[in-house]
Amino acid sequence: MPKAPPARLLVGKVGLDGHDRGAKIVARALRDAGFEVIYTGLHQTPEMVVSTAIQEDVDAVSLSILSGAHNYLFPRVLELLRDKGAGDVAVFGGGIVPAEDRARLLEKGVLEIFTPGTTTAQIVDFVNREIVPRARQRRQSGHP
Amino acid sequence: MNPRRTPAPSVPPPPASAGDRYRTQSGLPLKGVYGPEDLGALDPRRDLPPPGEYPFTRGIHPTMYRGRPWTIRQFSGFGSASDTNRRFRFLLEQGQHGLSTAFDLPTLMGRDSDDAMARGEVGREGVAVDSLEDMETLFQGIPLGKVSTSMTINAPAAVIFAMYLAAARRQGTDWRALRGTLQNDILKEYIAQKEWIYPPRPSLRLVTDLVAFCCREVPQWNTISISGYHIREAGSTAVQELGFTLADGLGYVEALRASGLEVDAFAPRLSFFFNCHNDFFEEIAKLRAARRMWARFMRERFGARDPRSWTLRTHVQTAGCSLTAQQPYVNLMRVTLQALAAVLGGTQSLHTNCLDETYALPTEAAATLAVRTQQLIAHESGVAQVADPLGGAYFVEDLTRRMEEEAARLLAAIDSMGGIVAAIERGFPQKEIAEASFSYQREVDSGERIIVGVNRYQQEDAAPIPTLTIDPEVERRQLERLDALRRRRSGSGVQAALDAVRRAAAGTENLLPPLIAAVEAEATLGEVSQAMKEVFGEYRESPVL
Repeated sequence: MPKAPPARLLVGKVGLDGHDRGAKIVARALRDAGFEVIYTGLHQTPEMVVSTAIQEDVDAVSLSILSGAHNYLFPRVLELLRDKGAGDVAVFGGGIVPAEDRARLLEKGVLEIFTPGTTTAQIVDFVNREIVPRARQRRQSGHP
Repeated sequence: MNPRRTPAPSVPPPPASAGDRYRTQSGLPLKGVYGPEDLGALDPRRDLPPPGEYPFTRGIHPTMYRGRPWTIRQFSGFGSASDTNRRFRFLLEQGQHGLSTAFDLPTLMGRDSDDAMARGEVGREGVAVDSLEDMETLFQGIPLGKVSTSMTINAPAAVIFAMYLAAARRQGTDWRALRGTLQNDILKEYIAQKEWIYPPRPSLRLVTDLVAFCCREVPQWNTISISGYHIREAGSTAVQELGFTLADGLGYVEALRASGLEVDAFAPRLSFFFNCHNDFFEEIAKLRAARRMWARFMRERFGARDPRSWTLRTHVQTAGCSLTAQQPYVNLMRVTLQALAAVLGGTQSLHTNCLDETYALPTEAAATLAVRTQQLIAHESGVAQVADPLGGAYFVEDLTRRMEEEAARLLAAIDSMGGIVAAIERGFPQKEIAEASFSYQREVDSGERIIVGVNRYQQEDAAPIPTLTIDPEVERRQLERLDALRRRRSGSGVQAALDAVRRAAAGTENLLPPLIAAVEAEATLGEVSQAMKEVFGEYRESPVL
């Protein structure tokens, strides 16, 4: 039997932002690193992303936001995940996010926000370090 | 919702070979030095006529910047219509001749500020315009017959333009006196920027209706700004930018001719918008090749007789995607080199990016430095004194020829698919760009492509730079204004006007008159867009990784 991927990840574009260059590169790099990646495509609502995340039983949701709407969209996704009993799904992301907004979002529970200049290797390292152990734990605690 | 599970990991990247270390950013191999033999069949006396002569490789005006300096046209817009109106009036008081309007994301997508999808985005990246009232506020006290206005709007361009025409009429301005530019380039939205509403074919009908209307009623208006900028920002190479942009241009010309217009009736009002990235000579060659190719297409393929139909007039913006968050002041020098390439390439107008744009919208100080960069090139460097100073250079002429050949290869592939709309429907440009973007990132990640401050010459403790913040109150105030409008206006008048839009969309009459009537009846942008969506349908992309 083929080995199960070390984590299942959702890469999402929320809101009206059409800048998908970064999201597509990250999705492809994570897939090439052996993770199972679900890419939502553009123009998703937070509700759509959370419903896909639960349906697909992902270990983490990664959002790419370059529209300036990060202060609304990240907390909204965190809130919806908690409301649906999926608070153990990690949320991280990247985009054009000023330092002070980034600090505030990390405080609210976003695990990491990558800003321009990040390499795909750094993102893969982060997923190995932070998401893979959580994925293992989630499976041991009864998730399929 | 259309989540797509990715297939198994693909083949690993091919190893870089030592032999082709010297290449342009598009991957064209470079010799160490160029000489007369590289001109090949090109006879400068025969094939390189002076600037201002067909095929305009060397520029579109005989004296270039001596006779007509390029226009410094910085793009701006933020917050509410009255915020941006104040900025516009300030810029005009400073002696700027033209305005360039940035709309916020909900407006760009044809949605009202109170649309569920607009949450958190109102007034963030540009100005929010929901109604004719907002459009009137945006241009209050600005004589629309005297200033030229550029509006960066695509999918809802016809509705926004209807509002602009209605605002001009309320000011008492004759439409024949209006000057300005609409981006109105929907094809590159499917390829790159992804701000669409309807599927490609009904979208093209909106474009042709608008152009036909302008030919009759707003003759000085630049109807489409055919844009490579966003294609490049999405990760294409310079060659792809050139090929796909010209393919879009040919697509519009074909659609407009098919709608019954004569090529010389509309072609003089088409303009272009290119990117200028880091590879100095490749960018110059791209602009020269673009002019030559367009002139030949217009004259030879479409039989245009008016020389204004042959000339490719272009705006250039330096490459936003080349800016780095690391050591942001280094961006000033990147922008300077890119702007210099744009000028040596013969642009008609130029936007220089600001050093802080990987963090947020620019601060006033950063925006001022960007303008100063252009003034430095114009007044201190001396490069603007001679038209096409690089003309005849062995390397530049060879690179211009090779860019043309490579772009022609892409155009032939698109022709064989049945044209650009069919190619878009097959996802061809989208896939090509995704590939190029991924391999560019791989080269940066591996250090094979050096980016100063990112993968070489890094500095750990760079002090943070100041950034602009947008007042979150803007969204609340815009929602209040929209709510008040909905309560005040006549509901039955709005419904009747929207029904007329639906009927026109389902038929073949020109959509502009019913669109103008609808916005004058105070229908909102979102309502008018929705009415057309009911007839035209909504575009859905199958994402390609």
